Amino acid sequence: MTFCPTGFSPNIFYDLQNIWCYEFMRNAFETGTIIAIIAGVTGYFVVLRRSAFVAHAFSEIGFAGASGAILLGIEPIAGLLAGSLLGGLTIAALGRRATNRDTQIGIVLAFTLGLGLLFISLYKSFATAAISILFGEILGISTSDVDLTLVAGAGILIAVGFLYRPLLFASLDEDVAEAKGMPMLFLGTSFMLVVAVAVSFAVQVTGVLLIFSLMVTPAATAQYLSRRPGTAIALSVGIALMATWAGLFVGFYTIYPVSFFITAIAFSLYILVRLARYGIRPKMATQVSKRK
Amino acid sequence: MGSNLITAENLAAGYRDKTVWQDANFAFGRGEFIAVIGPNGAGKTTLFRMLLGLQAPLNGSLEIFDAPPRRGNPRIGYVPQRHIIDSDTNVECLELVRLGLSGKKWGFNPFSHGDHDAAVLALEGVGASELAHRPLGVLSGGELQRIFLAEALVSKPDILLLDEPLSNLDLRRETDLLHQINSVVRTRGVTALLIAHNINPLLPHLDKVMYIANGKVATGKPSEVLTSESLTALYGVQVEVLRDPHGNVAIIGVEEHHGDMV
Repeated sequence: MTFCPTGFSPNIFYDLQNIWCYEFMRNAFETGTIIAIIAGVTGYFVVLRRSAFVAHAFSEIGFAGASGAILLGIEPIAGLLAGSLLGGLTIAALGRRATNRDTQIGIVLAFTLGLGLLFISLYKSFATAAISILFGEILGISTSDVDLTLVAGAGILIAVGFLYRPLLFASLDEDVAEAKGMPMLFLGTSFMLVVAVAVSFAVQVTGVLLIFSLMVTPAATAQYLSRRPGTAIALSVGIALMATWAGLFVGFYTIYPVSFFITAIAFSLYILVRLARYGIRPKMATQVSKRK
Repeated sequence: MGSNLITAENLAAGYRDKTVWQDANFAFGRGEFIAVIGPNGAGKTTLFRMLLGLQAPLNGSLEIFDAPPRRGNPRIGYVPQRHIIDSDTNVECLELVRLGLSGKKWGFNPFSHGDHDAAVLALEGVGASELAHRPLGVLSGGELQRIFLAEALVSKPDILLLDEPLSNLDLRRETDLLHQINSVVRTRGVTALLIAHNINPLLPHLDKVMYIANGKVATGKPSEVLTSESLTALYGVQVEVLRDPHGNVAIIGVEEHHGDMV
């Protein structure tokens, strides 16, 4: 076993060398990077389609799946995927306006969260599992998890690349897209499944309850910064990466959870951007609020 | 039929358990500007849905370009009835117009110069060049209608279906938009069907009018259709068409029963 120094120094290169000396930190950075990219990309469409609540619902349905999997002795990620994919298919099957059904989604996710609690309590000897699913455990990611995440991430990017223009069109102008004969049910379902997979993997980093910090906050911040979807997606990825890397860095040198720092950094950037925009364009800001 | 883009014979519209209107016969040629008017629920949007291939005729025949309507026909541009886009939508107008051209294509190609140039031209064509980089969410109703018009025109359609583009516009914006639509119809030879509540601002521009009410459809030149005699004959009840000295018309007698069958 190689010796890894731990002290913090003002030299960031020295610090990174220290951090990457540990296998669990290398795994955390690799997984965090992949997830920041897929969360930043899919998050743009989640925010554009006003589906943030649905993304959150997936993660909580996934919690029941993950805790069920632990109870049965299977990999939690399998349960997460099964739970959120099932949730995605159900919501897609409910119809094209289902993403606006806050009440129904809320009712289902409250029940599944309760179900997850039951599974966890049945499996008494593994109570820490609940905490890691709920709040993320990026420092406990194995090398095989990294590989799996890489495969899933590549799949998600290919899927979003393929769906890109029709999905953007359907998100901005549903009525015209439908009249043009675009396959709305296929688009909606594919997107839900992509989000379900992205959420399942992102949960490794942020946990079920903090999923917004990577799926929603960076994309929402980016939408304030650019009116061009391509640029906004790049910015969204950039912000998610910044929050993840900085969160891991700070988390390594403190005793506090990494997930907290990721959410705090993403949130601070969001507030900064909103304040800056309000300062630069007070006229436009009032115009927007007037039309609500 | 060759010269007509749209032809209907004994056409009936509605749903399985309810006929909305029937026995409609009409033919529209290239470059005609047609207003579709009538009370709420009379079946104006149903006509558009049939033309778009989203709904099948109940009876009779309907042909566009000498073939039955089919969903996703790129030769038809469509502006649905809408209010405003969510005010949080911070996406520039140019993007929506560009998607009007290539939004159906799979794959990732956000930097196509061809699409970009076509979208810029379409915006110019509706006098909305200055809106290209404004976010959709902050536009006024009239500005949005121009963007939707550009979105519909960018694929260079032969037929334009406009569902109540004038609602929510003040008088000046209404006049501006109508002039814009009229100039598109005249310069491009597009056949435009426009659903409206009030026929009067449209009268100076129209070639034909389609009056849908009480399960029946009257089609023809405004001077022929919008008379007390022709509407009374069609509906079998006394219908009055009043005209003021400026040529504005008011139709009295059918609207009380709208939605019902005569």
